[in-house]
Amino acid sequence: MYVIDTITHRLKRGCETMAYPKGPAPALPDRHGGALRVDATKCVADCDACVPVCPTEAITRKAGQAVALDLGRCIFCTECVTACPTKAITQTNDHRLATRKREDLVLGGGGLEEVRLAAALDEKLRKLFGRSLRLRQVSAGGCNACEADTNVLGTIGWDLSRFGIQFVASPRHADGLLVTGPVSKNMELALKKTWDAVPEPKLVIAVGACAIAGGPFVGHSQVNDGASAVVPVDLFIPGCPPHPLTILDGLLRLLGRLEEKQGEHRA
Amino acid sequence: MEMADFVRTVATDLDRGGRLCSWFGVPEGGATRIVAVIAFDADNTLAVGRSKPVTGSYKSLTVTHAQAHLFERELWEQHGLIPEGHPWLKPVRKIQNNAPAVGEFFRVDGGEIHEVAVGPVHAGIIEPGHFRFQCAGEEVLHLEIALGYQHRGAEAVLPGGPHRATMSQMETVAGDTTIAHATAYATVLEALAGTEAPLRAQWLRSLALELERLANHTGDLGALANDVAFLPTSSACGKIRGDFLNLTAIICGNRFGRGLVRPGGCRHDLDEERAKLLLERLTAALAEADQAALWLWDAVSARARFENTGVVHAKQASEIGLVGLAARACGLLRDARFDHPMGWHRFAQVPVSVWPGGDVFARARVRALEIQRSGQFLKEQLVAPPDGEVRSELTPPMPDSLAVALVEGWRGEVCHVALTDATGHFRRYKITDPSFHNWTGLALALRGTAISDFPICNKSFNLSYCGFDL
Repeated sequence: MYVIDTITHRLKRGCETMAYPKGPAPALPDRHGGALRVDATKCVADCDACVPVCPTEAITRKAGQAVALDLGRCIFCTECVTACPTKAITQTNDHRLATRKREDLVLGGGGLEEVRLAAALDEKLRKLFGRSLRLRQVSAGGCNACEADTNVLGTIGWDLSRFGIQFVASPRHADGLLVTGPVSKNMELALKKTWDAVPEPKLVIAVGACAIAGGPFVGHSQVNDGASAVVPVDLFIPGCPPHPLTILDGLLRLLGRLEEKQGEHRA
Repeated sequence: MEMADFVRTVATDLDRGGRLCSWFGVPEGGATRIVAVIAFDADNTLAVGRSKPVTGSYKSLTVTHAQAHLFERELWEQHGLIPEGHPWLKPVRKIQNNAPAVGEFFRVDGGEIHEVAVGPVHAGIIEPGHFRFQCAGEEVLHLEIALGYQHRGAEAVLPGGPHRATMSQMETVAGDTTIAHATAYATVLEALAGTEAPLRAQWLRSLALELERLANHTGDLGALANDVAFLPTSSACGKIRGDFLNLTAIICGNRFGRGLVRPGGCRHDLDEERAKLLLERLTAALAEADQAALWLWDAVSARARFENTGVVHAKQASEIGLVGLAARACGLLRDARFDHPMGWHRFAQVPVSVWPGGDVFARARVRALEIQRSGQFLKEQLVAPPDGEVRSELTPPMPDSLAVALVEGWRGEVCHVALTDATGHFRRYKITDPSFHNWTGLALALRGTAISDFPICNKSFNLSYCGFDL
């Protein structure tokens, strides 16, 4: 009788796909903290408490400047938030983190306070990809966490295909690559060949601290410190791994399918 | 011990019920000393042995004991020691021209024989690896698995450590096994400091470990259902898996448990209110997981695809040193939580889930049983927390010492071994992910199976590429 049981059960549950982005975004776990913010004016002179606690050396402080935090390298362990005596680095609980440029992820040091969120593709590309984007996923030294939380977007709760975004089984069918992992030397050739096999015009999306800057493995001779060393990256989505909501936000932002402006989310 | 005696002693130990947990070289002068960690599961004991420094070659252990075959290949690759008589000596992860130096593949010759090559980049969202099948029509005669694509140098960087990034690297050795690897590492450092983490931290780690198991097992049941096009269980499990990950995020904010386990304890505590919320959501998710699994067992069409597919016999499993759920699905009683209890598992046990058969069905059944039993463990433990702190300060590691930690991760035994030098820094740190033992099991499971059954066989093991490649 499993057929009837199964159908009954499914009917009872109804639609399980979240309302977002039409409705409000689901809340991040309270201890997640979301994007970090750097208020350089709060940095006191001669303090570098946050620098040595950062496992990926994402924080630097040049003489005479405030600290600079590179959210591309950051694995969001929040040791710096705990270590900072003046609350110059704080959590925002904002899930939105994706940027178009690598430098837009570098906060403080006399520059940005918060990440400069990704702008949409130009009109021509938006016309091509805006309602139908096919991606080939390449894990190149990824630990399977970024991969898992990308996979999650295909489950019924997130239902990525309602936006016309799908992961495909061949680079020939793809409009771009979604790369995870620091790009191990052993995957360099495979990544390059996959990229070459994708027809023009094409995109690259780097997901996670490893794919952006090498993550915890930055500086190892066996890795390339991120996808940019091999392919040109169009969208950076930070995190270790990024929350599925952060990845979805990045994809929709790139396609110009999110209306709200920076700052609106927390209002 | 002289090398020849050492190999003979290890062989004798393996013959009397021992199991090779780890086998690796430690550079000493211009030579290499070999260290072996052997588990006697039935006696609940571990044995550690070491050879005198050797150079050149020695008589291979693999010739008589197949479970050593990858360890000896690795030793050869890392230290240049040649195991004489090794039947298949080739690189494990070495880099050559921006790809792994996989060497020649085993080939079957004959008029009807054809070869199928798959990977490294696969058709889904999955880690890279290369599979080479020798087939006669649909039937797979032999499968050779060539990995190394994920090699990040996780182990090579550790001598001289612990370094600033070491804890984060341990959490990402195999990202879906964050808690097990982090716990093994933290336990090693605690042992080297001559202490252990506060009880409350051990309790919290055990909760996180079982939550990790729940999430992965549920995901795998869904993936297995998906591969035989049984969508009710597939779509339900996809969601429930996320629910379990979110339970871990209640504890520490991260769905994979990153930032929770630290040497000396845990970075977050689970207060009463959080524990209550966790229990409430856990109970709901467990009920759903049970329901989703029931659909699968009820569906004759799905069961028929699982039964007698990808069989590994108990004798083979024992010979190749299979661990974890893959071993238990061959009827072997093998579970580090039971055989070599550590941390909180010394005080609170999870019954070992065993199923005979060694096929895809058995591996699915063991997962479902473990979901029930880990769920029950969590329900009992969440309402009975020990008091106290969750973190204590650790003293630096003791010099010239050795520490071993075995943690039963969701795939199986995670083994970490550390040796310190005269200054208390790592002289050698060896990580053995359960996948290192178990990939051979998948290759054996494919023999005599139709190549179209590869996806469900692969999914039924669901092994780690990066955990193997390090």
